[in-house]
Amino acid sequence: MTATTASLAPMVGAFTRAAFEAHLASLPPLPEWWLARKRAAFERFAALPLPIRTDEAWRFSNVAGLTLDGFALPAPARAVPFASIGISKAARLIFANGRLFSREILAPDLGRRGVVVDTLQNALREHSEVVREHLLAQPARLGSGKFSALHEAFLVDGAFVHVPRGVEVELPIGIFSFALGDGAAVFPHTLVVADEGARVTVIDYFGSQNDTERQLAVGANDLYAGHGARITYVGKQDWSHQALALQSNSTVVRRDASVQSLNLHLGARQARHESHSQLQAPGANSEMLSLTVARDDQEFDQRTLQIHQAPNTRSDLLYKNALLQKARTIFSGLIVVDPDAQKTDAYQSNRNLMLSDEAEANSLPGLEIQANDVRCTHGATTSRIDPEQEFYLQTRGIPKRAADELLTFGFFEEVLNRLSQDDLHAALRTLIQTNFTGEKVAR
Amino acid sequence: MKSLIDSGTAATVENPVAGIDQTKGDFTYDVAYEFDAGTGLSARTVDYISSVKKEADWIRAFRHQALQVFQSKPMPTHWATRDLENIDFDRIRYYLASGQKPKRTWDEVPEDIKRTFERLGIPEQERKFLAGVEAQFDSEAAYSNIKEIVAKQGVIFVNSTEGLREHPELFRRWFGKVIPTGDNKFSALNSAVFSGGSFIYVPPGVKVAQPLQAYFRINAENFGQFERTLIIADEGSEVTYMEGCTAPKFSTATLHSAVVELVALKGAKIQYITVQNWANNVFNLVTKRGLAHEEAEIKWIDCNIGSRLTMKYPGVVLKGRKARGEVISIALANDGQHQDTGAKMIHAADETTSNVVSKSISVGQGRATYRGQVHIPKRLRGCKNNTECDALLINTNSRTDTYPAITVRGERNSVQHEASVSKVSEDMIFYMQQRGLTEGQAMSLAVNGFINDLARQFPMEYSVELKRLIDLEMEGSVG
Repeated sequence: MTATTASLAPMVGAFTRAAFEAHLASLPPLPEWWLARKRAAFERFAALPLPIRTDEAWRFSNVAGLTLDGFALPAPARAVPFASIGISKAARLIFANGRLFSREILAPDLGRRGVVVDTLQNALREHSEVVREHLLAQPARLGSGKFSALHEAFLVDGAFVHVPRGVEVELPIGIFSFALGDGAAVFPHTLVVADEGARVTVIDYFGSQNDTERQLAVGANDLYAGHGARITYVGKQDWSHQALALQSNSTVVRRDASVQSLNLHLGARQARHESHSQLQAPGANSEMLSLTVARDDQEFDQRTLQIHQAPNTRSDLLYKNALLQKARTIFSGLIVVDPDAQKTDAYQSNRNLMLSDEAEANSLPGLEIQANDVRCTHGATTSRIDPEQEFYLQTRGIPKRAADELLTFGFFEEVLNRLSQDDLHAALRTLIQTNFTGEKVAR
Repeated sequence: MKSLIDSGTAATVENPVAGIDQTKGDFTYDVAYEFDAGTGLSARTVDYISSVKKEADWIRAFRHQALQVFQSKPMPTHWATRDLENIDFDRIRYYLASGQKPKRTWDEVPEDIKRTFERLGIPEQERKFLAGVEAQFDSEAAYSNIKEIVAKQGVIFVNSTEGLREHPELFRRWFGKVIPTGDNKFSALNSAVFSGGSFIYVPPGVKVAQPLQAYFRINAENFGQFERTLIIADEGSEVTYMEGCTAPKFSTATLHSAVVELVALKGAKIQYITVQNWANNVFNLVTKRGLAHEEAEIKWIDCNIGSRLTMKYPGVVLKGRKARGEVISIALANDGQHQDTGAKMIHAADETTSNVVSKSISVGQGRATYRGQVHIPKRLRGCKNNTECDALLINTNSRTDTYPAITVRGERNSVQHEASVSKVSEDMIFYMQQRGLTEGQAMSLAVNGFINDLARQFPMEYSVELKRLIDLEMEGSVG
């Protein structure tokens, strides 16, 4: 069947069966179930076609940019370009090229309180049941079936955070994932499980050494908030500007639990971000926030799904994009209210700030409502800086350039204000402002 | 052929406007068709239609080419409902007519067809307030009349067959230019087998004071109606066009697939009003688009109450500076109905503005969908779009969806889209019940209040009728 093999080649790119076997051989012994799932994932990946232009889930996306050729699983790194953004942390995990670089437990009582901050490789051995229940357990519903399968097949290692019942972790847990070297392909993963009444904040950083290396990052995270739990998740995506990045977030919110996630999108040449929130029991609440600074030829493609599966649930989405130069953004959101999910309160908002005459913003805000006693609204706007506000600031003696910058920061601030943690808010504000003004933040 | 089916519920002619009451159109007459293209679609069907109409070679070639496009295009089920797969194109009759020439006076209309339109109130309408009327029975216009005073102004109002024959240069210049054959599968189908529909030309500066009306009627089972309407408003002219549609309910599904093209030249205004009340086993798959030149204005007022599945997204291509486009849409989906409606606004010149207001009501297991597109390409400035979609869900299992797609390039334009979903507030119902209304009356009043600001934009007779219809549809929807 040489014809089949030949036609398969462009579908899998560098991620051939041989590469997959070599990847498996490089791993420590895996639990039977996980090995079986990885093998099944590879078959799915190899069988699925790459997205094409007419796929509704990829509408407006640059599908031609989704190439899998010329990448390789990189060698372990000897150093990482790490620099703190100045927030105290309870623990820190650093991954470089998919493998653990360092692990520091900074709050001494974490272990005593039963909090686990470890690698997925260790967790697969020591917390197999929890991992098995939650790792990539949710279906890929937003179009990236092929890439989710690729991620599962080639996942080397990732972060595992488990907070037991009633435990509150005050300081954030920091997870850093770096892709180093030209052609590097990485598959970062973060799994967060908060048991009943637990509280935790996780900050996920994604970065490269510089903006010129061509890389592939296919990441995923799973957030699980048990009964009454609270998870705050911040993702900062700052891959190389030559990277193709696909990230898939899955959030499951149980009874009276609450998840707040904020994703900051700065890097990559083409970045696809899928976020899927399931509100599974009454009282569940999901807040989905995003800030994007799109510049040069960057494309940011964000797809979201808020599924209300039980009565009395709430979701609130606010995605803001600032577009400079020739950048493109796509926001495609969908609120789904299942039959019988009465008293749903769902909101979805996409705001695009056009700062260039060559930028392009696409908005597809969607609703599918099958219950009548609900409050569901969405809105999308695309416009430039309000000339009246600009004029007002100018009458106060602020030059136009500075006025525009202030107004843009104000545009971002509405999202950052949603964070209840002041130091995190301040750090992210500094980060995004320096990024916006063009001075690259020290990594 | 079926014998006369009289449901006994059809109202008398005193009903002010044809085609709104759902039950009113539910009757058929046995008609001996002189022309029948048979069942199924092939190149021979196309030839038959073209020969019967004695068409020029270019139009025959146009039809054949369209048939190929239709056959090569897949069903758009990658985004649209799979219910489309239930259309059996081989069982449809594509052309049925009793004669080629529409009658100019009411007395000349054959008795059986006359009875149909009399029951629906067409002659009443004409006497009352129309500047002209055309009534299409299956494939061809049975009656067409324009008031002398309007004709004297140079206004042309005929069916598309006559338009092609008598005004070929005008017709050909714009025909298929706003909606090309390959626009979608159903516009291609229409281009292959079209028959009937209106051709209107309004000369420069002429303002037609009273509306022109067309009335579409499907009488035969398994019949597909494919009318083609082309309206050209020359510089500075104004015209309002209204159409109504009904069909009896047959045991098998019927297909209606029209193409409507509007051209508003510099400074012209076209208002196009549709009250669609097909029986609820009609697939209503219609392509409607207008081309607005400099400072022209095109406004679609679209009301969908009938049909099993409607897919219709009236659009405006804003081609000239300061052109304006508007879509006002009301949809009501009851049990077994899917109203998939919306709007397309394609901005293609500076300072163009567009406005879309859509309100839908889902009753029982009805499903109302809004699908929209707003497109502002590169290098334009001062373009604005405003879109509002509100959905009202009456019962616990009613369904609504919203799928807009908005593309904006550049920083000198502004677009906003808002949508909301709600139910009738219990407090409101409770308050009205306190005042002595029954729950059903309270519900009707609340629903009428929901669409009131849009219903007011319809001509008086239509909005009164719309209110009555909503009262009817709301009956038994509560409890």
